[in-house]
Formats: sequence, C-alpha cells, structure tokens
Amino acid sequence: QSTLVIAEHNNEALIAATQNTLCAAKKIGGDITVLVAGTKCGPAAEAVAKANGVSKVLVAESDAFKGFTSESMTPLILATQKQFNFTHILAPATAFGKAILPRVAAKLDVSPITDIIGIKDPNTFVRTIYAGNAILTLEAKDAVKVITVRGTAFAPEPLEGGSAAQENAPEGDYKTDLVEFVSQELTKSDRPELSSAKNIVAGGRGLKSGDNFKLLYDLADKLNAAVGASRAAVDAGFVPNDLQIGQTGKIVAPDLYIAVGISGAIQHLAGMKDSKTIVAINKDPEAPIFQVSDVGLVADLFKAVPELTSKL
Amino acid sequence: MARVLVGVKRVIDYAVKIRVKPDKSGVVTDGVKHSMNPFDEIAVEEAVRLKEKKIAKEVIAVSCGPAQAQETLRTALAMGADRAIHVEVSGPEYETMQPLHVAKILAKLSQDEKVDLVIVGKQAIDDDSNQTAQITAALLDWPQATFASKVEKTDAGLTVTREIDGGLEVIKTKIPAVISADLRLNEPRYATLPNIMKAKKKPMKKVAAKDLGVDLAPRIKIISVEDPPVRQAGAVVPDVDTLVSKLKEGGHI
Repeated sequence: QSTLVIAEHNNEALIAATQNTLCAAKKIGGDITVLVAGTKCGPAAEAVAKANGVSKVLVAESDAFKGFTSESMTPLILATQKQFNFTHILAPATAFGKAILPRVAAKLDVSPITDIIGIKDPNTFVRTIYAGNAILTLEAKDAVKVITVRGTAFAPEPLEGGSAAQENAPEGDYKTDLVEFVSQELTKSDRPELSSAKNIVAGGRGLKSGDNFKLLYDLADKLNAAVGASRAAVDAGFVPNDLQIGQTGKIVAPDLYIAVGISGAIQHLAGMKDSKTIVAINKDPEAPIFQVSDVGLVADLFKAVPELTSKL
Repeated sequence: MARVLVGVKRVIDYAVKIRVKPDKSGVVTDGVKHSMNPFDEIAVEEAVRLKEKKIAKEVIAVSCGPAQAQETLRTALAMGADRAIHVEVSGPEYETMQPLHVAKILAKLSQDEKVDLVIVGKQAIDDDSNQTAQITAALLDWPQATFASKVEKTDAGLTVTREIDGGLEVIKTKIPAVISADLRLNEPRYATLPNIMKAKKKPMKKVAAKDLGVDLAPRIKIISVEDPPVRQAGAVVPDVDTLVSKLKEGGHI
C-alpha cells in the first residue's frame, strides 16, 4: 500500500482536517506521501513534515495554485500519481477536497468514494448515505482508490514526532486558463471554527429572530464555544448559511453540543448526532431532539439560557 | 449561449424517514414517496432563469434510471425545461450506478447536443456523493464551478460565487462550463397545474446507456447497508441548576 494525502492549507498553516486525513491514511497502512501545493506553501510543508508516519512531503510552489483551483491542482496530482503509482489518494472531505478529488478520479477512470467515516481494510470503506440515516459499507473495485475523509470520524494526527524529507513535486505547466480565482471572503470571527470546535451552542427556529442569537453568543463566550444553527433558523433568515449544521450544512462532532430551540429534524440530527454530549433546551417536551440528547431541559429558552449563562 | 443541460435525479423524498432492508442490501424504495433531488430542483430553476433572462435559448433535462425517472423529467419540464432525455437504466445496473457512470452519460450528451453549460445539484440526498459535476467537467475538460450560490453571465464567461468552508469564494470561468448548485443559489418555483399540463406535451426522448457507449460495469460492491447506531435518550433535568451540575459531572465546565 502507498497513500498520497493532498494537504489542505492556507500556505501559512495546515487546515486541521488534513491531520484527520493523515489518521485515515495511517489506518490504510503503508507508505504515506503528502502533497503540498500552493503559492508560498513552505510553512505548511514544514508543519506536515513533522507529523509522525509521513515518509515524504512533495512540495509544488507556483502562482498556478492561487486559489487552489481544481483545474490547476488536478494535473499536478495526476503527474504525481503517474510518477509514484499510489494505491490510495486521500483528501479531507471539505469544500477543497470534494471539489478536487472527483476531478482527479475522473481522469484516472476511477469511481471516487466521498466522505468516508471508517476503513475496514485497504479496499473496504464505510460511509453514510441518506444524511447519516444509513451506513454503507462498500468494497472498491478500482485499482486506485480516490477518497475524501470526514474529519470528525478520525482523530487528528499531531504534527510532531516525525521528520519527513521534502522534495519537489513533479514539474509541469499547471497554469489553467479555464478558470480564474478572484477573491475569497472568510467570515471573520473571534470564536472557534464550527467544524473543529470542542463546544458548540446551536440555535433553531425557537430563537424567533436573528437578534435573539445574542443569547447564544453570550452563552458561547462562557464556554469558548462556536455558534451554529439549524437549517430552519437559516431559512428563516436569522443567521447566514455558513452557520448551518446538518445534512445540507456542516457535519460536526464536538465534545459538547447545546441545542437551543431546535426541534431536531432528521436533516439536523444527521449533522450533529455524533457529538459526545448533547444538551437540549426546548419548551416542547415532545421535540425529537430529546430522543438523542444526553441531558434535556424542558423550559422556555428565553429564561433558561440567560440563567445558564449567569451560572457558568 | 445556446443550450443548458440539467441533470435531475429521482430520489426518496427528503421528508420520508428511510428504512433499511432486513437483508442489509439497501434501503426500502417500494411504495415510498419519491421526488426530484432538492439540489437538482435548484439546478433546473437556475437553468430556467437563464432562459427567462434570454441568456440561454434552450434547457434540456436529463435523468438516468428506470421508467419512473420520467416522472422527475416531467417535473423539470413543468418547471420550464424545453425537452427531456430519459437515459434508461434499470435493474441491477441501476443499483450499482454511480456518479462516474452518470457523468459519462452527461458528458456524452453534452457533446451530442452541443451544450454550453451543464448544471446539476451539488449532491443527491440519497447517496450524498457530491461528484457528478466535477467528473462531468473533468471528462469534458471544462471548468467546474462547484457549490455555486450565485452565477452571473459576463462577456467573457461566468462569474460564480462558491460556498466554501467558513465563507464565500468568487471565481471566473470560461464557457462551456459545469456548475453544481448549492442551497443558496435560488428558491425553486413550484410547477403550476397549467404548466404540468403543458409539460405533458413537451418532447421526451428515450435512449439506452449502451447506445451512448457508456459502460455501466459496477465499480463497487455493496457489502452492507445498515441502520446507524441508535443514540439512547438521556435524562430530562428539572432545572438549570441540575443542568449545570450535569455539565460539571461531564467535565465540560
């Protein structure tokens, strides 16, 4: 076995999901090579070279990789694959990995495997379908396995204990004229990022307005938590879509998840039911969220949340 | 821009609670309400709006699957697509059909029909694969604008806003291109009764996958489809003080 991991980074640092992907690569077994491509990605390459178990880091620095477009990354990954003949190509199941890897797989005439949550053996993988309402175990028949990895399903590999050699990735003309990266705007926040937060406070339609989300931010401040929302709250216009947790939003699995005014629609539960401890605060004792919560409080959130905040 | 091709998939309706078959071979589909994949509805809506803005001249809806796929195509026609192509795939072939196979069909039809733009939903809510747009774009060597939340036609091509983790990104692509529709792109219209009636008269062509030269040999073997582990409901606490002490017990505060 030999695995190529496509690192996601912002040139300065690795994106955390790359560390989870390394864990999946270790489970597959065999040699692990990491490909770091970017405009000035030295620091990211340095960081991943320190991860235990990585045998080689391939670095590709070029303006061609501005914006990490799939159209420029794909020929680089193909050239790398041609030179080294990996049995597995892995990337995190993020917007980055999900955009690029199917394009790579198509060029290799391979059926990609999205968002795996488990590895039974080097050919057998576990993933969810129907938004987590069923678990599919499949055996991949293609010679090369092209896979995206759900970060929350694998522990992050620490970036220490190793000292992998750094080499240049295969040279080539990777500049594309098909697409041009224009700009990126990340939502600015002093809070932890939803997908990697240890604690999350999430609100639903029960909050009644966007202004009322302040109650949740106050609570989140006490817990150093990220704030999320159900699709119902997003659709009602209370908060922007990037806060959405669920089938059509983010999949999270924090240590503590506090669901406030969230009834617990199937599509929301799919995004958070792997959280270690779920707390639900809802005035409706029949709300389905109580069927998955570890601790439930049937109460008016407008009284209970401020009280909870003051007592922490 | 002359033609837009939209891919639509018939899936179990999003409001249905799915049931796993006792033999673990899949989920129960017989007698279960189906509808168009919600992300594909967004794709159809976007294509129809391009036509209404006179940016596109013709919208072609394509669906791969057994005879019932025609119901989904009729919905696309009722929403405003001009004609439909039903690519017949049934039985065991459909059970192991994956985005790679669908994308090969869409790519072939895009060339045959001289299409300038392909729009599909970013993922289907049954297999959650999120691959069809990317593979189609790769097979055609076209640019891909995945997870699109805004599409604007410019002189040079398209300006697309994409939903990425933690924010938004803007890219410019050449045309022809492939777009995958994300949730925010638009709010799909409902098909009105007069339009449903009109849709019955719109042309629908039937082709077999093998006539398009696409090999449907399975790339995976399904080992099992099972229920997810059930989470046990915990205690309901009487007040905030008890909640706080539970959080302390759990080591959360």
